[in-house]
This record gives sequence, structure tokens and C-alpha cells, in this order.
Amino acid sequence: MSSDAKTHAFARNTGVPLAPDWFEKVAVNTPAAVRRSESLAGRRSLKKEWQAAWLVNAIRCMDLTTLAGDDTPDRVARLCAKARRPLADHILTGLGLDSARTGAVCVYPTMVAPAVRALAGSGIPVASVATGFPSGLMPLKLRLAEIRYAVDEGASEIDIVISRALALRGEWSALYDEIAAMREASGGAHMKAILATGELRTLRTVYKASMVAMQAGADFIKTSTGKEGVNATLPVSLVMARALRDYGAKTGFKIGFKPAGGMKTAKDALAWQVLMMEELGRDWLRPNLFRLGASSMLGDIERQLEHFVTGRYASSSRHALA
Amino acid sequence: MALVKDILESMEYGPAPEAAGEVLAWLKARGRFGHFINGVFGKPGKTFITHNPATGDPLAEVTQGSGADVAAAVAAARAAQPAWAALAGHERARWLYALARHIQKRERFLAVLEVLDNGKSIRETRDIDVPLVVRHFYHHAGWAEMLADEFPGAEALGVCGQIIPWNFPLLMLAWKIAPALAAGNTVVLKPAEYTPLTALAFAEICAEVGLPEGVVNIVTGDGETGAALVAAQVDKIAFTGSTEVGRLIRRATAGTSKKLTLELGGKSPFVVFADADLDGAVEGVVDAIWFNQGQVCCAGSRVLVAEAVEDDFVARLTARLAKLRLGDPLDKCTDIGAIVHPVQLARIRDLVAQGEAAGARLVQAECQLPAKGSFFAPGFMTGVHPANPVATEEIFGPVATLTSFRTLDEAVELANNTRYGLAASIWSENISLALDVASRIKAGVVWVNSTNLFDAGAGFGGMRESGFGREGGREGMGAYLRQPEPKAASEAAAGALNGAPVPGAPEGPGIDRTAKLYIGGAQKRPDGGYSYAVAAGGKTLGLAPLGNRKDIRNAVEAAHKASGWGKATGHNRAQVLYYIAENLAARASEFAARLAEAGGEGAEVEAAIRRLFYYAAQADKFDGAVHSTKSAHVTLAMPEPWGVMGIACPNAAPLLGFVSLVAPAIAMGNRVIAIPAQSMPLAVTDLYSVFDTSDLPGGVVNIVTGNRDELAKTLAQHDDVAALWYCGSREGAAMVETESAGNLKATWVLANRDWQGQGAQGRGFLEHATQIKNIWVPYGE
Repeated sequence: MSSDAKTHAFARNTGVPLAPDWFEKVAVNTPAAVRRSESLAGRRSLKKEWQAAWLVNAIRCMDLTTLAGDDTPDRVARLCAKARRPLADHILTGLGLDSARTGAVCVYPTMVAPAVRALAGSGIPVASVATGFPSGLMPLKLRLAEIRYAVDEGASEIDIVISRALALRGEWSALYDEIAAMREASGGAHMKAILATGELRTLRTVYKASMVAMQAGADFIKTSTGKEGVNATLPVSLVMARALRDYGAKTGFKIGFKPAGGMKTAKDALAWQVLMMEELGRDWLRPNLFRLGASSMLGDIERQLEHFVTGRYASSSRHALA
Repeated sequence: MALVKDILESMEYGPAPEAAGEVLAWLKARGRFGHFINGVFGKPGKTFITHNPATGDPLAEVTQGSGADVAAAVAAARAAQPAWAALAGHERARWLYALARHIQKRERFLAVLEVLDNGKSIRETRDIDVPLVVRHFYHHAGWAEMLADEFPGAEALGVCGQIIPWNFPLLMLAWKIAPALAAGNTVVLKPAEYTPLTALAFAEICAEVGLPEGVVNIVTGDGETGAALVAAQVDKIAFTGSTEVGRLIRRATAGTSKKLTLELGGKSPFVVFADADLDGAVEGVVDAIWFNQGQVCCAGSRVLVAEAVEDDFVARLTARLAKLRLGDPLDKCTDIGAIVHPVQLARIRDLVAQGEAAGARLVQAECQLPAKGSFFAPGFMTGVHPANPVATEEIFGPVATLTSFRTLDEAVELANNTRYGLAASIWSENISLALDVASRIKAGVVWVNSTNLFDAGAGFGGMRESGFGREGGREGMGAYLRQPEPKAASEAAAGALNGAPVPGAPEGPGIDRTAKLYIGGAQKRPDGGYSYAVAAGGKTLGLAPLGNRKDIRNAVEAAHKASGWGKATGHNRAQVLYYIAENLAARASEFAARLAEAGGEGAEVEAAIRRLFYYAAQADKFDGAVHSTKSAHVTLAMPEPWGVMGIACPNAAPLLGFVSLVAPAIAMGNRVIAIPAQSMPLAVTDLYSVFDTSDLPGGVVNIVTGNRDELAKTLAQHDDVAALWYCGSREGAAMVETESAGNLKATWVLANRDWQGQGAQGRGFLEHATQIKNIWVPYGE
């Protein structure tokens, strides 16, 4: 556990009995949400040291991810090496920092063991997707078994996918039961519930699914698998942030948020952090409440930080591959 | 030196200042500004200093415009106007296009200069003001191009005097100058005393593009300079500013035949229904009253929230308030900049203190105010009852009032409980409800689930004491053009108003006929109990009631009760007009005889029937538009009737004059109080039985006979009359315009004309019978 996590520990979400009145009447006006998310970038600006610090923070909050059919133990090990040492030494020194590491490494269940080995002693947790990722269209029994497998392999965070069909059909009780069962199967591992918002389509449905997932005990709510046609967007993230804020106001539990997929640039990293800061506050800029699910974003951040340190525009060929 | 390590703990934003070096160097190089007249900057005269409100530092010296300066500018504009108007539309389009392009190339310069002079944030000038300015010039380059096609026969007005406020200095300049130039007018513009600098920079851009000399003239100065411009030989005054000054201008221009558009104050409602997206609505409040430090005439400053969600909404609003950042307006992270001037700051403080004294509670952001400069921490006031001064007075600062409502009807009532009518914002996920409320709120601009949306393609402007006239869109272009006036005919004699008996004029052997007033669909005896003899050719034709103030009062009340007329379909109103025509036709010979008796023309009857058919035809066809503004926004431009309006009819053509004015008014859904020809009201009093048999609902047309100008004066002074048409003497016209300043009702003064001719009918009458409401409905799920 990082020092941050220790200092800022809080009670884990226990979930609450399904309470549809918390979400059924809640309205989300899409043009208004789009307007808010579009204006945020113009409202806050980060320059120089501040921009550098916020980019380093993005690394701290990053779930460095590989979720490809051609993943191999060696490929995963390489990723883990980058997670341990996300920035070249001269950049780190230039920033006046002793160390840096990503928030976690995120892989498929069969890649958990190699990842755990590669990260031994680093303190970096391994997150595993599970439950028939990315579609989730597997019998529940098998999905739960997959969670237990990943936990047994050493994953301390489980990224589950929800059944989109249940959300689209408004079968909230069934969805609640499934997610609660997944939470139980996760045991001590923190559970992130992936809503696959690109397939839920409307922001209203996103809000409702967010609330059901939290009521069922999710520790984090996460936008996407990265495999949908549309992945993390700012309006969707805004609505999820507001949902977890509303849940917190009702229960006192702090829920984490993880946008994933589609975010590639350092600019994206800043935009999402500004959204967290403005809609939720300082606590949601720590890795125990905020993760960026990304892979190529790190490269761009490293280039920007090198420019900050050296004043020269950087080439990715001079940085270690993830 | 800030360390990355420390920032990682605090996660502060840090400073992000926009550089002002270029602009400061320009100010230093210019130092003292003269006026921009006839294409060149004159020598500075007596100057005053304009300050940066965020620091109090002086920025530049500008010249206090004298009467002679204004006269010189108007003369330059006058000399330039014929050639400018004679250019092909395409040529003017090229000039406007060049201005748009050059403003775009100077966008950051102008954005920074505006921040320095006004105190508003760089985010707003960069992302909102300047892009809208550019859009306005492009849009109006288009109108110049299409003018001949889109406004056939229309002419420029001539020289326009334009007076703009300090809250959106460059944007208001664009709203004024772009349509004026597109239409072929030349302008003399006076920027606000507090914020003259972007107008002077714009003058340099005019010189940079080589705009013909005299087409744009900028004269700086204070209210006295403005007054000199109002008094100068201009053809139109366009003013944006306070209602108080608007009233002065209305009086000053009364009887001068200067065209006038006024965009004045507001106390606009921001209505949050229980089914609204509350977080979206909270963000709306940010964009409404915490935009431009609340110094926005159309700001949603009265938040009305459904009791069912009030606590939740207030909690969310309070949390959001805490996130606002106040400070250096040049910093890119600043939400709330400086108040434009210490005088305004004092005014805000005073009003807020009055509100608190009257029982309201101020919830204010706990911002650290900068050590110098004019700043006011944003907030809102709860527990504001309608009688609290802050519920009715425009604070013009970053403070909203918050009042709860129980039902939709109560929300509408509260929303309309104001002397203003500029804008409204309605938050509900129920489109039926939102549009219902949009139609019932008296405001020139209504935003559904949004606020403060602007576009050059949509009209902007108010109802009631928020002024009249529209800026932007087709309706805005119309305000800078005129159709050739029909040839004026001399006004017929009004005749005596003798209340005493007139012996020696025996009636015929028939039964005595009694003309009464017509109020609320019933014939009423005049309150005063007097009648006057109507005579023609030395012969008394009969007695007409001598109406007085109280009769007008009663007629206005009756008209207000007939509110269903405005909601009837155009088809229904057409049916009634046709039916009136049908019943008039059935009695045509009787009416013709009556007119002949009075020495008039029997042909009036046939023309009146045709006129009724024409406006019956228009009743369901004179409709609105959907403006092309932003993507995924429907922007409806809906003509709405004024409501209750007065019509003072000409003495000439006693029947046809009346029908020519009343028919278009009621065709559009207005209820009218008409004063028929003073010299021959009997042609109209005979119509009562025609109305009674034509299904015209009582109160839609009310008729008070008597001293036309006296009765018109009572109508002009009546605060519950929204518009007044007057066809009569020059003195009467001046009186009507002067007295209408009380509630800033819209007036239309028509010259007497050949009422059988072409100029007695047409769309122009319908345009004067309506005002445009723009309703913005963003969509998307």
C-alpha cells in the first residue's frame, strides 16, 4: 500500500439494499452535461510546474493496461517494468522526484501470475479483468469462478463487467444481485464495476447503472472495457462522478472512479483530473479513488515531462516502451 | 519556486496568466486617444482616464466627447452614407467580411484588451465575447449580400447613433455596427465611459481594412456625450443600457421621428422544476448569474425552484459555489473577475445589504478577495420574498435570489411578477411542460435547459421595460431598415367636443339612436355622463359618448380579461374576422349611407370588407421561423401578440381607418382599446351589433369615443397597456411617445394616409402588432 493510501484510508463501501428511488427519477440532460464537460477545459489551465505535477499524478493514478489476445508473460513483464519505472531517470531527477510508479497494472486473469511475479516487491497492485471480459456474456457461475481464479492468482483488484442486457432492459434487481455476487467473490480484492457506457448509450442509463453498481458494493465504477465502439468520454465521466457523489452524500462511502479506453494524450490526463477536482475534490486525485485505464497515454505524458525538464521536444524512440 | 513534489501534495492549479505585454505596449504607444471620426483619430481633447478594475491601475486617457465632437462625427457619417448605401450588397458584404477576418486575426489582442478594460475573465473574452463578435460580422456580411433579395424595397435608415454599455463592450459594438452597416447605414457609436478601449481598437481595425471614411465613427465620453448623440441629427438611436437611461432616451426622441430600439435591464427568472437535471441546472446558474460577474442584462438572476427539490438544489448550488475561483481576470483559471468599476461595486454591496436587511440570507463563496481592485464574492440569497428589494431590483452583480414555488402556475406567476421581460431559463425534462412555460413567460428570449446562449442568427431583445426591438437574426436586420413610407395625407379636422345640448337640429321621424361605448362586449354609457354632438356639413348627425380616463381604465380591464383570444388558433381568429366581414357586407348599404351622411366615401365599406379578408387570411399565415444557430439546438422565433394594446384612429376614413388598424391587431391575437375618429365615431359605433353577431368574444375590441388625444394620453400612461398605435397629429404623436416612456411600451406612430391605397395594408402592420420571442431548445439524449 502506498503512503497515500495509508494516510487517506477510509471505510470500504459495504453496499446498501437495492434502492431504485435513488436513481429512477434522476434526470440527466445530455446537452447540459455536454456543455459542462466542454467548458471545463476552458475554465482551468495548468502551466509549468503545475502541469508537470498533475501529469506525474496521472501516472500515479494510472492502471497501465494490456488486454490483447496476443498478450504473453514476457509482454506482461515488459509492461510491469514500465509500471515500476514509468519515467526515465533524467526526467525523474529533473522533476525533483525520488521515485514514480503507476497505480496498478491491469491484465487478463491468465496473465495475473506473470504480472505478480514481475511486480514483486514494488508494491504495485495487479488488477485483473474478469467475468467474461469484455462482453460478460458467460454463465454467472463461470464469471464468478473467473473472479475467484484471478484472486487466487494474486490479483488484488478485479475489474468486472456488468450485464449490459440487464441494464438496457431495466432489470435492476437482477443486475444488483449479479454485481453483489461478484463483490462477494472478489473477497478482499477491490472491485471495479465496468459499465461499458458506450453500449448503455444514454446518460440516464449510465447514471442508473452506476447507482446500482454502488448499491451492490462496487469499490470503483469504471466507464468502459476499452473494447466498445465508444469508450471513456467526458460527459459520461461527468455523470458517473455525479452519481458517486450522490451515493456518497447518501451513504458516506467514498467510491472510486476509473475512466478507461480512448484516452491517449497528456491533455486527456489533465482534462479528466480537472473533472475530478471540480466535480468531486482533492480526494479523487489519489490512486485509491481515481484510476486512469490507459496504455498509450503514458508515452505522451513522458514526452511532455521530458519537454518540461529539458525544454526540448521529445521523441518517444528515446523512452522505454511499455 | 514551486516544487513538483509539493504540488503533488496540494494539487493546486497554480498561476496561468495570459500575457498582456502586446496590449500594454499598444496602450503605452497610443497613450491618449482622440475620437475616430471620418476615418482618422483626432487630437485628444479634454480627457478622462480609464482604469483596469482588477488593479485600479490607469490604462489610457480617452477624450470626453463634446457636442461639437458628436456633430462632427454625425456630419462625417451623413456625408459617407449615400455612397455606402449605394454600394451593391456584395460590396458591403466584402467590407463586413474583411472586418470579421481582421477581428479574428486580432482575437487574442482584443480578448486581452477587453479583460484589462472591463475586468471580465480571459476565459470569457477568449471563448465567448470575441468569437461571438466574429460570428456577428460574418453573419451580417451575409445579410448585406442578400439584402435586395430578403428585404425587397427596403432602404437604410441613414445615420445611426449607437450607445453601448460596459458589460460586453466589443460584443455590443458588434451587435450594433454589423447590422447597421449591412443595411447601408453609417454609424456614430459611443462606447461606455468605463470601457472605451476595444471600440478604439476596433476603430483601428476599420482603418486597417481601409473601410471608407465616415462609415464608422467612434466618439468616447460619458452620459453627456450620449445625450448629445441622442439629440443630434441622426435617423436612429440604438441603445443598450439601463432602463432608467432608456426612459430618458425615449422621452428625448419623442416626436422626432428618430427610430428607436432599446435593450434595457432585466430580472430574468431561472425556473427549476422538480423533474429537472439538478446538477445541470446548478451549472446553468453558474452560466447565468456567475457569468461576467453577474453584470449581464439577461442574467437568470431570480432562481425559482420547486419546493420539492429546493433543499437538494440549494445544497448542490452551495457546493458548486465553493468551487468558483475569483481573482486575476487574466488568469486562465479565473471564474469570477473584477466588477467593472468601484461605483458598481458599491451599488452591489448596497443592494445586497438591503436584501439582507429585508430578511434574505446571503450564501456567499468564501473567496479570498485580492488586496486591490473591485471584487465581489459570488453568492445567492435565500428566503427572498417578492416584496424584498432584491427580488425586483437588478443587482447587476454575481448574486442571484432564490425563491421557491409550489405549482407550475405559481412558477409562471412569479416569473412574470416583474416589470422586466428580457429573458428566462426553464429547467425540466418534460418538453410539454417546458414549452408550456416558455409560451407563458413574458420574455424576449427563453432558454430551455440552458442559459445565456447567443448567436448572431437569433434575435435578442426584451419585452415590457426591458425595451423593444431585436438584435440579431432577420428581426434584428429589420430594425435597421425601412420600407418606403406611403405618401402622408393631411389629417382631417377633429371636430368640436361640445358637451352641451345643440338645439335646432331636429331628428327625423324615426326612433332616436343612442351610441354608447363598447367595453367587454357590452355597450356602456360613458362614466362622465356626457355626450358630444357629431356634426358634418353643419348638420348634427347624432350624439357620441364623451369617454374619459375611467372608461379607458374599464376598457383596459375588460381587454385583460379576454386573454383567451391570444391563445385561440389563427384559424379561429380568421373565422371571426371573416364573419365580421360577412355581417358588414350584409349591412353595407346602411354603413355606406352613414358615411355619405357624414360627407365620407361609401367605398370605405367595400375596402373595409377586403381588409378584413386580408387579415383573416394572414391570421394563420404570419408565423415565425426556426433560426439556424448552433447544432443540435432548435431556435424558434415566434411572433407573439403584445397582449393589450391601444389604437388611436385617424379622423379621415372613419370606418376604413379603424378597420385597417384594428383588424391586423386582433388577427395577431391582441386585444385592443380603440379610439375611433373623433370627428365621426358613429361609423364605428354602428359596428357593435356587427361584432355582437360575429362571434367576436367580448373584450377583444373595446371602443371608447371622445377626445382622441386625451384618451390616447391615458392609454400611453397606462402601465398595463403593452403597445400603442397612434395616427393623428404631430403633437399627438410626440405626446404618445413621451408618455409611453413610463412603462416603455412600444409605440407606432403612423402618418395619415390614403386608406384605400396600397400603403394601408400589409405585413408591416402585422410586424408592428407582434413581438418576436426566441425560444432555444437544445436537444440530444
